[in-house]
Amino acid sequence: MIVINNVTKRYGDTPVVDNVSLALPPRGVTALIGPNGAGKSTLLSMIARLLPMDHGQITVDGMDVVETASDRLARRLSILRQDNHVTARLTVRDLVSFGRYPYSKGRLTTKDNDHIERALAFLELEPFAARFLDELSGGQRQRAFVAMVLCQDTDYVLLDEPLNNLDMKHSVGMMKLLRRTADEWGKTIVLVLHDINFASCYADNIVAMRDGAVLHQGSPRAIIRPETLKDIYEVDVAVHDIEGRRIGVYF
Amino acid sequence: MAETDAQPTIATPRIGAIARHWRLLAGLTLAVIILSVLFMTVGAKGDWSFVLAYRGKKLAALILIGFAIAISTVLFQTVTGNRILTPAIMGFDRLYMLIQTLMVFFIGSTGLAAQSPQVMFLFETAVMMLFGGLLFRFIFTGAVRSLHLVVLIGIVLGVFFQSLTNLMQRMIDPNEFAFLQDRYFASFNTVETDLLAITALILIAVSAIAWRFLHVFDVLSLGREAALNLGLDHKRAVTLVLALVTLLVSVSTALVGPVTFFGLLVANMAYLIAPTYRHAVILPVAALLAMICLVGGQLLLDHVMSLMIGLDFGANLAVIIEFIGGIVFILMLVRGAAR
Repeated sequence: MIVINNVTKRYGDTPVVDNVSLALPPRGVTALIGPNGAGKSTLLSMIARLLPMDHGQITVDGMDVVETASDRLARRLSILRQDNHVTARLTVRDLVSFGRYPYSKGRLTTKDNDHIERALAFLELEPFAARFLDELSGGQRQRAFVAMVLCQDTDYVLLDEPLNNLDMKHSVGMMKLLRRTADEWGKTIVLVLHDINFASCYADNIVAMRDGAVLHQGSPRAIIRPETLKDIYEVDVAVHDIEGRRIGVYF
Repeated sequence: MAETDAQPTIATPRIGAIARHWRLLAGLTLAVIILSVLFMTVGAKGDWSFVLAYRGKKLAALILIGFAIAISTVLFQTVTGNRILTPAIMGFDRLYMLIQTLMVFFIGSTGLAAQSPQVMFLFETAVMMLFGGLLFRFIFTGAVRSLHLVVLIGIVLGVFFQSLTNLMQRMIDPNEFAFLQDRYFASFNTVETDLLAITALILIAVSAIAWRFLHVFDVLSLGREAALNLGLDHKRAVTLVLALVTLLVSVSTALVGPVTFFGLLVANMAYLIAPTYRHAVILPVAALLAMICLVGGQLLLDHVMSLMIGLDFGANLAVIIEFIGGIVFILMLVRGAAR
């Protein structure tokens, strides 16, 4: 369980996350949605101790993210940000191997190698395992980074716009895979999504943010409604029930 | 990474890479040895004991300097996640020169001359560690986000340190100025040989520390956020690396004076011939390349160029290296490697 208590983050005088309190349930997929600049990424970064908060407290399974030793936290919670740029020459397998660092500190055991193979297979990266990252397409690189985070084998996985750079096939593939990770491996996935229909079809729980505050939290059925979406995005969205799924049409 | 534990199917490509890296390191080491032997013997006339002692000191200095500059540049680039910044470009060595000048200004060269050069060097290095460490830690632990701003700050600081040094020099006694002057121009010929032993000790200590933290350097090269995600205490690791870099820069600046682009040159050559993220490979490759450049370059200038053109280029290795390094720097900027 991730508990966020009265958390505030300001840049200068502008609050980006404004006194947010929120509890994210363990297991399953939680989607953070909202317009640009709503504070989703900032909140995610603070949960993963990448950004200091100005006020408030965040705990992950009771561990305060500021107080807990960073390497201990790295075995419970992992995060993938957008725009991952690495200057070093890394192959896909090198990158994925780094996911084992919290356990191995650079000395891989057979068990670590099993995890690496499993992550590579899970993301269908085996054909590219020996390629350098700068020789991959944007989508393949994105999947390599996701593989690294899954290889870290943490209970909580935070992903900042994991569908960035992915085409239709790989977006669906990625969401199915994250769904499977949550269902079969019992992980808690928290991710920022821009496509409300992906959130509607794959998430168990949706948190909608706007202007640094949490507007709504609930199941897709409760959030994917014309009134609520208008409230969040200021856009008229027609919501249809198609094959048991709620699909928003806003084009 | 421990290749021995890998299963055969995984291990095959890895072992190929490892063998290649070993061959590369062995080849470079051999080149350094051959060049060193040539350096000691070619064109030697007269008393061997004098020649060996004289050239031995010079050789030792070149090797130590090459090591210090290469390691400091690669580590610095790892921390900054950038292949175009070097400690010298960020004004590290200018800061060291400023500290030296300030010492002469306030204590006077007579007071300094009374101290042994080793004590003076240690004191200057300690001051450098303190101020340099604080300053660059502030810049590189997230206070300044934009790379361009960092470069700008570095250049402005470099000019600032330089100007302050110049101002101080105009204000001090001409005798004391003369004492300082020979330290301000990079030269591989007028090396401070008094400091060789202490430099060697410092470099051995730095290597021992670096050896223990090789895997931390590897993680650091992924960038701040990925390193934090993997549980690295990023601020502490960066502070450690910057302390090592500051120490290495103090050493090389004390020995030869400021060398701006040499580090850039050897670091990027190392990335080119050893395309790996592993510092266990990149660091030694860069250090060996630096030694080859310095020893080989000096050898060439002393014995080949001077014979061919009939000019004594002896003192100008630094100038030539800076010239080539400067061109590489500009090419990298133009090609957009700064991103």
